[in-house]
Amino acid sequence: MKYIYDLHRIMLRQNLILVYEGEFTQEITKSVLAMAERNMDAFGEEAAIKRKVFNVMVECLQNICKHAEAYDTDGYGRNSAIFMIGKHNNEYIITSGNAIPQDRVEELSARLEHINSLDKEGLKNLYKEIIKKGELSSKGGAGLGFIDMARKSGHKLRYDFEPINDSLAFFSLRTTISRTNS
Amino acid sequence: MEIINLEGTEDTPRIILDKEKALFEISGRSLPEDAAEFYAPILEWLDKYQTMPNPETNFSFKLEYFNTASSKLILDILSKLDNIPGSRVTWYYHEDDEDMEEAGEEFSELVENLPFEFKSY
Repeated sequence: MKYIYDLHRIMLRQNLILVYEGEFTQEITKSVLAMAERNMDAFGEEAAIKRKVFNVMVECLQNICKHAEAYDTDGYGRNSAIFMIGKHNNEYIITSGNAIPQDRVEELSARLEHINSLDKEGLKNLYKEIIKKGELSSKGGAGLGFIDMARKSGHKLRYDFEPINDSLAFFSLRTTISRTNS
Repeated sequence: MEIINLEGTEDTPRIILDKEKALFEISGRSLPEDAAEFYAPILEWLDKYQTMPNPETNFSFKLEYFNTASSKLILDILSKLDNIPGSRVTWYYHEDDEDMEEAGEEFSELVENLPFEFKSY
């Protein structure tokens, strides 16, 4: 049973205030949002910071609902993934990890790289350009999630891809929100 | 004309569209998973309203939060209003919510003629 203690210690060491692993649905998204909100309310987080964290969480969680693939189908349900929030003195760190098809890695990586190459004004222009084209994907996404996360964060998005097998890769994404007002 | 009166939920906004009382308002949180489906009746209503609008249409947005999928649909609503003569938008934002203020400004830049008024609360 030591793994329980180990897991708890890791969570404390990483300052994780919330970890969710499992299937992601809109209902789960709402519950995770409510928990994080209550948590931030409990220690009187500033409204402006709370809104940004909420904002990034929504985009992150809804991305997972729309795009995560099942990978350990024996043990997991559809679109199983992990979502975490870390609270540090100066920042919140919102992290997610989920499987995506290998053949999407290149395109996704290029998109994130492009977003990270842009400054505040560049992100704003890209946002307007995409929303003006106004197409929703077959999954109902507007193609604006990562841009919005980068804008609300004000920091670069950090990401990584680990191969799972021939057809799947594990996509990790990390967004930082400063707690000091910028 | 029929009245649309939707109570807000934790992930969908409160919406009132009442031609007779001249009430046009979307408020609260908008983060439905399927924004297109949620807003479809609103866009249909506006299509009908466009054929017989009031002389003035003051449409209020008082959103606390919206997801990117909703932002696309909000622009669709604004684009319809843009084609209705006598319409204008009042965009409310919480006084310390710069992101919501900026979002309103960006929407105002994305439509042609529709006048925007910004109000903090």
